[in-house]
Amino acid sequence: MVEVGRHQNTRNFCIIAHIDHGKSTLADRLLEFTGALSEREMADQVLDQMDLERERGITIKAQAVRLNYKADNGETYTLNLIDTPGHVDFTYEVSRSLAACDGAILIVDAAQGIEAQTLANVYLALEHNLEIIPVINKIDLPSAEPDRVKKEIEDIIGLDASDAVLASAKEGLGIKEILEQIVEKIPPPKGDESKPLKALVFDSHYDPYKGVIAYIRIMDGTVKPGMEIKMMSTGKIFEVNEVGIFRPFMTSVDELGVGDVGFIAASIKNVRDVRVGDTVTNAKKPADKPLPGYRQVTPMVFCGLFPIDGADYDNLRDALEKLQLNDGSLMFEPETSIALGFGFRLGFLGLLHMEIIQERLEREYGLSLITTAPSVVFRIYKTDGEVIEIDNPTNMPPVQNINKMEEPFVKATAMVPNQYVGAVMDLAQEKRGVFLNMEYLTETRVTLTYEMPLIEIIYDFFDLLKSRSKGYASLDYEFTGYRESDLVKVDIMVSGEIVDALSSIVHSDKAYQKGRQLADKLKDIIPRHMFEIPIQATIGNKIIARETVKAMRKNVLAKCYGGDISRKRKLLEKQKEGKKRMKQVGNVEIPQEAFMAVLKIE
Amino acid sequence: MAIGIYIHVPFCLKKCNYCDFVSYPYDADLAASYVYALGKEMSYQLVNMGSEHREVKSIYLGGGTPTVLTGEQLAAILENCRKSYQVADDAEITVECNPGTVNPDKLGRIRKAGANRVSIGVQAYQQELLARLGRIHNWQEVESAVRHSRQAGFDNVSLDLIFGIPGQSMRQWRDTLDRVLALSPQHISAYNLKIEPDTPLHRDVCSGYLIPCDEELELEMYWYVIGFLTGNGFVHYEISNFARPGREARHNLIYWRNEEYLGFGPAAHSMLEGRRFSNVEKVELYINRLNRNESGIQNQQYLSREERISETVFLGLRLIEGLDLDAFKQSYGQSIFEIFAVQLKRLSSLGLVKIEDNRLKLTEKGLPLANEVFAEFI
Repeated sequence: MVEVGRHQNTRNFCIIAHIDHGKSTLADRLLEFTGALSEREMADQVLDQMDLERERGITIKAQAVRLNYKADNGETYTLNLIDTPGHVDFTYEVSRSLAACDGAILIVDAAQGIEAQTLANVYLALEHNLEIIPVINKIDLPSAEPDRVKKEIEDIIGLDASDAVLASAKEGLGIKEILEQIVEKIPPPKGDESKPLKALVFDSHYDPYKGVIAYIRIMDGTVKPGMEIKMMSTGKIFEVNEVGIFRPFMTSVDELGVGDVGFIAASIKNVRDVRVGDTVTNAKKPADKPLPGYRQVTPMVFCGLFPIDGADYDNLRDALEKLQLNDGSLMFEPETSIALGFGFRLGFLGLLHMEIIQERLEREYGLSLITTAPSVVFRIYKTDGEVIEIDNPTNMPPVQNINKMEEPFVKATAMVPNQYVGAVMDLAQEKRGVFLNMEYLTETRVTLTYEMPLIEIIYDFFDLLKSRSKGYASLDYEFTGYRESDLVKVDIMVSGEIVDALSSIVHSDKAYQKGRQLADKLKDIIPRHMFEIPIQATIGNKIIARETVKAMRKNVLAKCYGGDISRKRKLLEKQKEGKKRMKQVGNVEIPQEAFMAVLKIE
Repeated sequence: MAIGIYIHVPFCLKKCNYCDFVSYPYDADLAASYVYALGKEMSYQLVNMGSEHREVKSIYLGGGTPTVLTGEQLAAILENCRKSYQVADDAEITVECNPGTVNPDKLGRIRKAGANRVSIGVQAYQQELLARLGRIHNWQEVESAVRHSRQAGFDNVSLDLIFGIPGQSMRQWRDTLDRVLALSPQHISAYNLKIEPDTPLHRDVCSGYLIPCDEELELEMYWYVIGFLTGNGFVHYEISNFARPGREARHNLIYWRNEEYLGFGPAAHSMLEGRRFSNVEKVELYINRLNRNESGIQNQQYLSREERISETVFLGLRLIEGLDLDAFKQSYGQSIFEIFAVQLKRLSSLGLVKIEDNRLKLTEKGLPLANEVFAEFI
């Protein structure tokens, strides 16, 4: 039986930080300080579990952990730390993690101050009415300027930073103070145990023995094994086998009640039945309405994925199926390319999501892959009255059969320090942005809002935005709808043959320029062969650009010194290894990066 | 079968700007310890390798710059070698020389110790090009090195050249060849400069201080040296090597025919009875090991059949006469057509290889593309 009012001593919080500002290290220290892990168990940076996350320093999947803390007031508190992903692709996931919290620790680097990425999440946290505890980290650095950073927090975010904790997660300084502030400042969870169950799903993972594990925060009611639960977005019903908490390893408990953060296992086979943002309720006594904010996640970005070695097709499918077990937002279906053979068309939340999946396939499953340039879903009104949607340029019907075309637009919001406003406005204009609004948040910080084609955003907008604002601009975007656009397909011919996987759909104003730049780029990417390779860009039957990869004339080994054959052998092996990373199209070996070249042109 | 012996002398007065081989600044004390260690290694290897019954048909002292050592040291090395190994009476015994580090006395001394061939690092005629390569000699020193070699009794003189030097013109290359021919060498090696990473030359090219030679010009230089030397009585017998008939470098033929050899000294490589091994690179480490009566070997590996096959092919193809396909079949029990059917078909359709007199050879088109051909057999 859940003790009534127990949740008065519960605190649910997350940590908001820019990459490298010390989120993982601080999380480790909190775990250590509260004894959640013995030092021996303490693998560094427990919360970021994927190798890839550690390397990139970003959190891709949310994680949760429960800490017990005996405060100075003599009471023992249950603290639930919910980790949040930190990238624009995953804004929705972040918002759901925040919705599971009542407060947030904001970490700011004492030397670097507030950075763009942090801001978007801070604003998101403020939208959810979270109590924010500022922590100035890395005060042990010689370049630390805590007073300047305090002022920044007050000026830019408008938070009172007078009580900000001065900490060094690395040195273990300020950890106790942070815990005390969590207890004092963050309100206990509200909710009513007697009401029907309402639990927010903020993440999930697939367990081969238990099925899909739902990560939940209980808003009202209780849940325990044997209970029938209903997923409110789909209406699907499951019987609970197990409920538990994260310590940080999954630990069964008898029951979860108001304010608890934990997991539910209910022999759920399909990860799509556990949707982030969904509300879990009691099937027999359902809540009258779900928690607000649920959104069905739909892929926005599509690309083709082809094994370099055709024999890997089945391995690729198996790998995708495995990844999908843990990633409900990943979609795929078979695709056939004339140039690249059999592969899959994949749908992603955004570009980072795409890169992560590709990297995991290559690294964890040892697959060598060709990724084609990302595309969005275009809507085509044909002359015969039919309306089709294509996510692959190859499928675009001939121009004469097209009445009009539409492409997806988004409302893009960039937060920019005022000295970069001009540069960012220029960039938005170049990317076909339509100016909507400009607003000064503080004297130095501006929000710019544009309506822009999604395809421009997924190409290189984010990278350019960062480089033109020296990393200070942040970006968020949301889909607004389809707009008519004057679009054409640019094809690329290599040695006289169209390589379908190199086709792209672009705005007609930019088609010539893009075609020329792409041909020029490919000329440098495609290595020299024993014969000359013409590269042409075409629109319809019209050739708009031509470049030539000259024939290789010379490649000789230098002197073979003192019988060091193994060294020569290594050189030849390296040369050969390079070829393995390429796809043979006709008689031309095309490197992987060629298929992404369209992204790299301005 | 008889074997070859390679002795690595890892010292130079100054390392050249293009060199990425193992070499250290000359130090008299270190050199003396090295010569002593080398003697120990030669007798040590004899006992351990079971090579005492193998006749030695060639000895090659390479570097580095062997001639930074004294005539006495070089003679001692050769004498130690004879002490441990059965060196054939007609063995080819080569000492690499750099102009500026030899004199009549030193040359006389090594000739007396049995050396019968010198290979002189000439590289170029023009002073500006020599300076760009970081060579410390000038043309006068080349001429006197050749003259003194002759006077000391060397009738087999090989000259090393480099083409494709940043800033080198076709005219400079022609002049170099004219000057070199006038010295009447028995053998000429003409290597296309390869700019290796982590060399001063590489840094100069990366920084834009030097502009690498145009590839078409390099090709033109290559075709020119082939035409020029074959027109003047030389046999073009290997991608980069030319000889008066009968003066082909017997030691290097051992490598190209994938025969056996022993290497002594730091970083030296050996190939014996299907096993390849190499010594530690650091000269101090090498000396310490041998002083403790330990082996200098750092790596060793038994070659698989596939490895032996691919090496036989890519080494053999370096020779203009190509690879003897009967001998190949005899060694490996399978014809090359069974093993490399796809590769051979592709390469011959591209016009890079041909088969003549039951030998697999590079075509004229294939010569400058040799690496592309070799990689197919890896």
